[in-house]
Amino acid sequence: MNLRLPSKVLEHIISFIDSNEDRNSVSLVCKSWFETERKTRKRVFVGNCYAITPAAVARRFPEMRSLTLKGKPHFADYNLVPDGWGGYAWPWIEAMAKKSPSLEEIRLKRMVVTDECLELIAASFKDFKVLVLTSCEGFSTDGIAAIAATCRNLRVLELRECIVEDLGGDWLSYFPETSTSLVSLDFSCLDSEVKLSDLERLVSRSPDLKSLKLNPAVTVDGLESLLRRAPQLTELGTGSFSAELKPEAFSKLSEAFTNCKQLKCLSGLWDVLPEYLPALYSVCPGLTSLNLSYATVRMPDLVELLRRCSKLQKLWVMDLIEDKGLETVASCCKELRELRVFPSVPDLDATNVALTEQGLVFVSQGCPKLESVLYFCVQFTNAALITIARNRPNIKCFRLCVIEPFAPDYKTNEPLDKGFKAIAERCKYLQRLSVSGLLTDKAFKYIAKHAKKVRMLSVAFAGDSDLMLHHLLSGCESLKKLEIRDCPFGDTALLENASKLETMRSLWLSSCFVSFGACKLLSQKMPRLNVEVIDEHPPETRPESSPVERIYIYRTVAGPRLDMPEFVWTIHKNPEIGVSHLAIK
Amino acid sequence: MSLEEELQSNVSVASSSPTSNCISRNNTSGGLKEHNYLGLSDCSSVGSSTLSGLAEDDKATISLKATELTLGLPGSQSPVRDTDLNLLSPVKLDEKPFFPLLPTKDEICSSSQKNIGSGNKRGFSDTMDQFAEAKSSVYTEKNWMFPEAAATQSVTKKDMPQNIPKGQSSTTNNSSSPPAAKAQIVGWPPVRSYRKNTLATTCKNSDEVDGRPGSGALFVKVSMDGAPYLRKVDLRSYTNYGELSSALEKMFTTFTLGQCGSNGGTGKDILSETKLKDLLNGKDYVLTYEDKDGDWMLVGDVPWEMFIDVCKKLKIMKGCDAIGLAPRAMEKSKMRA
Repeated sequence: MNLRLPSKVLEHIISFIDSNEDRNSVSLVCKSWFETERKTRKRVFVGNCYAITPAAVARRFPEMRSLTLKGKPHFADYNLVPDGWGGYAWPWIEAMAKKSPSLEEIRLKRMVVTDECLELIAASFKDFKVLVLTSCEGFSTDGIAAIAATCRNLRVLELRECIVEDLGGDWLSYFPETSTSLVSLDFSCLDSEVKLSDLERLVSRSPDLKSLKLNPAVTVDGLESLLRRAPQLTELGTGSFSAELKPEAFSKLSEAFTNCKQLKCLSGLWDVLPEYLPALYSVCPGLTSLNLSYATVRMPDLVELLRRCSKLQKLWVMDLIEDKGLETVASCCKELRELRVFPSVPDLDATNVALTEQGLVFVSQGCPKLESVLYFCVQFTNAALITIARNRPNIKCFRLCVIEPFAPDYKTNEPLDKGFKAIAERCKYLQRLSVSGLLTDKAFKYIAKHAKKVRMLSVAFAGDSDLMLHHLLSGCESLKKLEIRDCPFGDTALLENASKLETMRSLWLSSCFVSFGACKLLSQKMPRLNVEVIDEHPPETRPESSPVERIYIYRTVAGPRLDMPEFVWTIHKNPEIGVSHLAIK
Repeated sequence: MSLEEELQSNVSVASSSPTSNCISRNNTSGGLKEHNYLGLSDCSSVGSSTLSGLAEDDKATISLKATELTLGLPGSQSPVRDTDLNLLSPVKLDEKPFFPLLPTKDEICSSSQKNIGSGNKRGFSDTMDQFAEAKSSVYTEKNWMFPEAAATQSVTKKDMPQNIPKGQSSTTNNSSSPPAAKAQIVGWPPVRSYRKNTLATTCKNSDEVDGRPGSGALFVKVSMDGAPYLRKVDLRSYTNYGELSSALEKMFTTFTLGQCGSNGGTGKDILSETKLKDLLNGKDYVLTYEDKDGDWMLVGDVPWEMFIDVCKKLKIMKGCDAIGLAPRAMEKSKMRA
């Protein structure tokens, strides 16, 4: 029997499906499902802006209202991708301006955004509502002003950790007096001071404002004034607290916080002086998210704050919390789901703080809902990893950064193979994993075999040979993003497992021993991959078997990209480099 | 043999237990210097052969090189490479239907020779010459040890390409970057520049976070030949040479220290003349320090209390480099005694 749903019914059913992964599956069933799905997809996510052309996206999803794009590879965050590599938002904005004028939301991550882009957004999308730029660069406050001035129904304007050319605080005054739709404003990464009176007026006339993240130029007085006008806030990023504490200011601030009865997320707190912390006590019991990762507050003060946060689900903090502080967290914050501990001294000299593997063990014991971990620590042990894995098999994201490269288990002097094996084996839902410390090829054998759901894996200074890469590429069934630096493998495993690369979004290799010839060969054999060699030196000056500095490989249906700088070499852009000597006839 | 077994057999030649304190042999002939600090792979399985340049066609040696790992300074060329990797250590793979295999050396030779003049710029023999040139230049210029050591070695920093992206927030980057003496690894630990810059500006006034608490800690820098980064230790947190030595050992975990400190805290703070000589003969690494006069001395020649008073800097040196220090140390301590 041939069951065929009327298309209207099918459309109706599919409209309930939000997850894009599910929608992708739906679209593979048959042509009519593909058609119906594509016409109903409103939120489009493109994980690699070079994997597909903007025109193709616009064509496929005519009802698109929200577009999310990611540009540079993740390791760009750590200065491993030279400036000028790419990730330009312009082609996308330009295409959407013409073909998808109903677009309302744009979210960009690690992309180069210019003022022209922002001006075009402001001019083209009549009902534009949401702009979120994360780790982007290339624009100035003038571009922000254009958005503020023109987008009548702007609800969300968030600049998260962007590099912005700050031409002053005037941009804020470009919000027209008639604009009352703001729900979320985040300008925490800007340096310049904005006029407090402008900000106060904006906040006062925005009844729907739920999230406000200020920059460090906003003082305590400013903060207090704003809180008074927006007691309905659920998310607050404070300004700076470094001014000397005056008693009246303190009590006013305390009172303002007390009136913010719906505050759930607190961040900012740049260099907050410990004397100010008691002003926050009133909101602690309601907090679900607390970002203290820029607060240089030390132990006893930290504990006083944290032990009041019984509903805390997300905690970002620096290693100043020490093992003792984490022990308190373990006993007081039973709802904790995500913990990130950053190094207060983010370099190799960080040996001075009393944060060890024990801190994480405490939290794994005491917090039954813990599922996401980012932990920087000088050294670690297998025993700790095994304990953590046993305690918390529900962990979905485990990123351990042992700051000391090649550091073995400092108690037994063994590699950390056994520890990560336990993590991979026991945490069956693990989706993201970063490994560090001394690891042999065996560690990767375990990970490849057991970490069936891992989608993103980061590796640095690990392994002994090509076996490590071979394990990863021939195992790890769900692997989508793999990034590796400073590991000692060559060409063999990469070439051997070339077909795996088409099942992944991207592969980043830097400071490994993969040769230029292998890159060329891979490129020749796999037309649906872009194989980019990022290297200072022209390939003709070196033998083909010499290793290249960085390689970025990603699947694409867009073909070779047209905006590569001179330090990116591909066989398409640089046909003069010829075919690989390694090719067998 | 399956790929795994094949790679395994290659690896077994090269790998060693990380727990064994392997000593990296160093070739001090001419201008070539072995920059492998990962002592691991240069284990005793290589015997006493020193890797004097890569021109040797020693396959065992070459596949060892395959497992060596070196790091580059920020802005420097990537690690020292064994550019012979693929040509001289072929890995024979199983025939897999999808993808062509890496050819063996013979095939490379023949195919390259066929390709001479067919659009490729170099034939195999030319390539080999290029290797030798490339390698020697890489080796002589590849002095990515400490800039502080520049006085003793010819660092040709100008030859090293600047790989680091020009600072996106150039002003903040420059103002917050540490002074040149501190070597770091690019992008490690993996902390976003945004965070680094923010911490740098907010922590300016905070002494404690800088690692200099007021309570009388005595931080000195420790550098090690062959390691790409410096460390700091608080001398006041140890009570004798033994503790210092084991702490340093833990810190530079892949290295071997000379046994100068490992009297095991038996109370012997002053090392005898013979002991020092033994050290220099036996081990490849010794612990030295720079005293208030600017002289480099062997650690262990003076009582501990006096040592922390005069020590300005520590350096873990290769034994051969430190040989010249011994007599001076003897004389100085004799003068003091």
